[in-house]
Amino acid sequence: MTNTDTSMDDARALDGPFYIGGTKFLSRLIVGTGKYESNQIMVDAIRASGAEMVTVAVRRVDLDRSKDEAILHHLDPHEFFLLANTAGCYTADDAVRYARLARAAGFNEFVKLEVIGDERTLLPDVQATLEAAKTLADEGFKVMAYTNDDLITALRLEDVGCVAVMPLASPIGSGLGVVNPYFIREIKSRLKVPVIVDAGVGTASDACVTMEQGVDGVLMNTALASADDPVRMSHAMKHAVVAGRLAYLAGRMPSSEIAVPSSPIEGMLD
Amino acid sequence: MTPETSIDIQLNGKRQSFGAGHTVTTLLEALELHPGMVVVELNREILDRENYDAIKVVQDDMIELVHFVGGG
Repeated sequence: MTNTDTSMDDARALDGPFYIGGTKFLSRLIVGTGKYESNQIMVDAIRASGAEMVTVAVRRVDLDRSKDEAILHHLDPHEFFLLANTAGCYTADDAVRYARLARAAGFNEFVKLEVIGDERTLLPDVQATLEAAKTLADEGFKVMAYTNDDLITALRLEDVGCVAVMPLASPIGSGLGVVNPYFIREIKSRLKVPVIVDAGVGTASDACVTMEQGVDGVLMNTALASADDPVRMSHAMKHAVVAGRLAYLAGRMPSSEIAVPSSPIEGMLD
Repeated sequence: MTPETSIDIQLNGKRQSFGAGHTVTTLLEALELHPGMVVVELNREILDRENYDAIKVVQDDMIELVHFVGGG
């Protein structure tokens, strides 16, 4: 038997790079850096995921030094593309303030804009998100906006200058997977900028199904950090994202509710 | 009036005393923070790192020192 195992490099050759705000990426998996048990597991998991772009949050320095929180002590900004988020912000003004602080750190102009509207569901406040997106895009930020799976909001976010629109699969940290694949597909088909599904993926099959909708990428954090074995799950996600992407590009067979034999019906013995 | 020997500032949400005469650079040194690892917001304005030497820290300044932490 011939070994036809396709390496990750071969898989990437069948897909090709994609661009967000003019920057080229090979991996369609973007990962967060929160909630890991240790910084070492976080770094190992991120390496295993193959992600190039990683999200970070902006917070006060802990002046009591009770924890070694500074992510830059653990993640080399030359190895990973840092995408600062505005997580935890509930108003457009706060999100703009956090984005400006993040940009002042001096790595890039990108920001993952997140303006939350509700504590229980962590669903986005789309009106405040649009307002902040416009302000930031006008200031030259490359805004990647977290939003719900609403087409109209996605179109508006593109209109105000976002470089990527990031509808949720399901609520942040829920692990419920893609609850509305139809809307995700519709958003993807209507936008020119990349569509990254952000939040809600729970396991590898969710990531695969997400990518099968034809979106440009997927962003996740909890699915990796809260797995029993984050490094192993990161490997799984890397493969799932590639699998889903290639399946989308390959074009699936039509589904049928009745069986269709795979072997010839002619030539059977009497 | 004698020159003040110490100042009170609001640092990351807490009232704290420092010797008078600090610049942003010397304040970061006193806190053992590398200027490249933090962003400084002074009275709601983000400071350019090039200006840290020139900017004096004065009584009642509100300073926020932020950095990147893990997040999704």
